Amino acid sequence: MDLLNAVVQVLDSTIRLSVPLLLACLAGLYSERAGIFDIGLEGKMLVGAFAGAAAASVFHSAFLGLGMAILISVAFAMVHGFASITHRGNQIVSGVAINFIAAGSTIILGQAWFQQGGRTPALQSGERFESITADTISNFLANYSFSSADLLASIRGLVLYLPALLFDALARIPGFGPVFSELLLGHSILVYFAFAMVPFTWWVLYRTRFGLRLRAVGENPAAVDTAGISVAWLRYRALICTGVLTGVAGAYLSMVQTSGFVKDMTAGKGYIALAALIFAKWKPVNAMFACLLFGFLDAASIRLQGSPLPVVGKVSAQFMQALPYVLTVILLAGFIGKAIPPRAGGVPYVKER
Amino acid sequence: MSTPYAKLPAWADYGLIPLINLSVAFIVAGFVVLLVGENPFRAAVILVEGAFGKGTGIAFTLFYATTFIFTGLSVAVAAHCGLFNIGTEGQAYIAGLGIAIVCLSFDSVLPWWLTFPMAIVASAAVGALWALIPAYLQAKRGSHIVITTIMFNFIAASVMVYLLVGPLKPAGSQAPQTRNFLAGAELPKLNWIIELFGAKIRSAPLNICFLLALVMAFVVWLLIWRTKLGYEMRTYGHSPKAARYAGISETRIIITAMMISGALAGMMALNPVMGDQHNVAIDFVSGAGFVGIAVALMGRLHPIGIVLAAILFGMLYQGGAELSFEMPAITRDMIVIIQGLVILFAGALEHMFRPYIQALFASFSPRSVGMEAVKGKGA
Repeated sequence: MDLLNAVVQVLDSTIRLSVPLLLACLAGLYSERAGIFDIGLEGKMLVGAFAGAAAASVFHSAFLGLGMAILISVAFAMVHGFASITHRGNQIVSGVAINFIAAGSTIILGQAWFQQGGRTPALQSGERFESITADTISNFLANYSFSSADLLASIRGLVLYLPALLFDALARIPGFGPVFSELLLGHSILVYFAFAMVPFTWWVLYRTRFGLRLRAVGENPAAVDTAGISVAWLRYRALICTGVLTGVAGAYLSMVQTSGFVKDMTAGKGYIALAALIFAKWKPVNAMFACLLFGFLDAASIRLQGSPLPVVGKVSAQFMQALPYVLTVILLAGFIGKAIPPRAGGVPYVKER
Repeated sequence: MSTPYAKLPAWADYGLIPLINLSVAFIVAGFVVLLVGENPFRAAVILVEGAFGKGTGIAFTLFYATTFIFTGLSVAVAAHCGLFNIGTEGQAYIAGLGIAIVCLSFDSVLPWWLTFPMAIVASAAVGALWALIPAYLQAKRGSHIVITTIMFNFIAASVMVYLLVGPLKPAGSQAPQTRNFLAGAELPKLNWIIELFGAKIRSAPLNICFLLALVMAFVVWLLIWRTKLGYEMRTYGHSPKAARYAGISETRIIITAMMISGALAGMMALNPVMGDQHNVAIDFVSGAGFVGIAVALMGRLHPIGIVLAAILFGMLYQGGAELSFEMPAITRDMIVIIQGLVILFAGALEHMFRPYIQALFASFSPRSVGMEAVKGKGA
C-alpha cells in the first residue's frame, strides 16, 4: 500500500507539473501550425503570470487576474505578430526579444509597484484558483440552488464544478475509487481546462474550417492566399490563440501552483514546452503525452532526490532535469522517428509582386 | 537576408536606420522608466556618468564590453552563414570547464603567460565542441539549429551544475564553485592604460582579455571578408541553393561556421573566469551569451559595429549598476528590457521605418533612391 501511495503521489504531482507545460505547448501548437515559430512562449507565460497575480491581488478577484493575464499575454503575442507578420521580421529574433522584455519588465514593474523584491503580494484565498476537493463539492451541492434571480452566479457555479462533479461520480466506483479521487480531484479549474483543451484543439485543428486553413497556412501560405483568404489575419488569429493559452499557463503558475508572482518563475518551462511540441510532432494528443512525460520526469526527480533507485542506483537531479532536453535532441536527430515541422514555419509570407 | 526594398545611400543604410531603430528602443525604455515613476532624462545622465565619468567606471565598462565583443562576434560569425546560434550562452558556460581544467592543473607550476595560451585553446576547443553536435545535426539530419542550441544551453547548465556541486568543488567547501586559482592563472590588469590618461582607478577587473577581444574582432573581419572560407560562408548565408550550385559543401561550411562561432563563445569565459573571479562559479556567464545577440544585431554583424555595440552594452551594464544606487527602483534588470527592445527594434523590426525614410529621401532627391522606390510603395 505504501508503494501504491508513492506512485499515486508521483502521478498526482505529474499532473500538476505538466499543466503549465501542456498549456504552453498547445499555445505553441497554434502558432507553429500557422507557420510562425514562437520561442517567446517563455516570455508570454512570464508576463501572464505577473499580470495575473498583480491584478488578482489589486482587484481581489481570481477571475479578473486570469483575464488580465490573458490580455497582457495576447498583447505580447500581437507584438510578435506585428514584427513577424506585418513587418516580416525574423521570427526567432522577435521571440528572443519578447523573452527579454518580459523577463526585465516583470521584475522592474513588480519592484516598483509592490516593493517586495520583484514579488507580488501573496494572494489571499479568494484571489487565487482553489483546488476542488470532495469536501468543497459536497458543500457546494448542499448549498447549491438554481435560482433565476441570480442566474449568472448559478451558471458560473455549475460550470466551475461540472468537471469535478463528473470525476466525483467516477471516484465513487468501488476499488479504483480512492486512486481516482486522489488523481482526478483536488485540482483547480485551470487543470481541467488544460486537459479539456487537448480534445478541443484537436477538434479545432482537424474538424473546423478555421483549423484547416490554419494548417494550410503553415504548410503553403501561397495556396491559402490564392483561395482569397488573408494569410496575415489568419496568422494573427493563430497568435491570439497562442496568447490566450500562454496567459492561462502563466496564471496557473502564479495563481494556482503558488500564490503570487516570483521573478523568473517560468524557469525555462516555455522552452520545455517547445521541446514537448517537437517531441509531439506538432499534434495535440501527442502534446499531452509529451507534456505528461516531461512532467513525470520533473515529479520523479523531485521525489527521488537523494534516494537511490533499485537498479540504476542514485540518479543525480541534474541528469533528470537535463533529460527532456536530451530526449528532444535525440528525437530531432531522427533517432526516434522523424520530427517534420510545418513546411512554411519561420518564413515570412511575401505576397507576389 | 535580402531586403525587398529599394536601395538607400550607404550612410543611411549603415548609420541612419540603425540610429533610428536604436533611438526608438531607448525611447520605449524611457517610457518604462516613466512607468516606474522616475525621470528618464536624469536616469540617462546618471547612467552615462556612471559609465564614463570616472576612470574606474571606464575600466568596468570596457571589462563588460570585452565579454560582449566575444559573444557578439560568436553570434555574427554564425549569422553570416545564415545560422542563428542561440547557444552562445551554453558554449561559453561549458568552456568554463576547459579553463578550469587548465587552470587547476597548471596554476601552481606555470606563470600566467604560459597558462593563458593553453586556457585560450582549451576554452575555444570546448566551446567549439559544444557547438559541433548541433551543427552536425543541422548539416546531416536537418534538425533546426535554433532548437538544438537552446536544448544544449540547458544541457550545459545541468552538466556544469552537476560538476560544480560535485567533482569540481573542493572538499569541505559549501559554495558551488572551484577553488580559487593561484597567481599562475590570474591575468594582468590593463588599468594602467586608462591611468596613462590621468584617471585614478580603484580596483577594476579590466584585463588583457580586452586586447584579445580586439584581436579576435580583427581576425573575424579577415575571416569573413578576406578569406575563401568567409566568402563561402557568406554565400551560403545569402543563398544555400547558390552555394550548393557553386560546389560548396553544405556539411563542411555549416560545421566550420558553427565551430568558429562556438570557439569565440568559449573564449568569452576567459574574461570573467581568469580576469576577474579567479574561479569557475555557477552561472558565471549570466546572460552574456544572449546579450551577444543584441550586440551582433546592433553592430549589423560587422566587427567594428560589434565592438561599438559591445561598448554601448558595457556602458549600460556599468552605468546600470550605478543607476541602481541612485534610483533603487531601477535595478540592473532595466538593462534586460533595453536589451530586449534593442533586439526587437534593431533585429525583428529593422525594416519598420525604412519605407518612410525612403519616401523622405525620394521627396528630397528622387535620384538617390531611384524611381522604383517611389512607385513601389506597396511593396
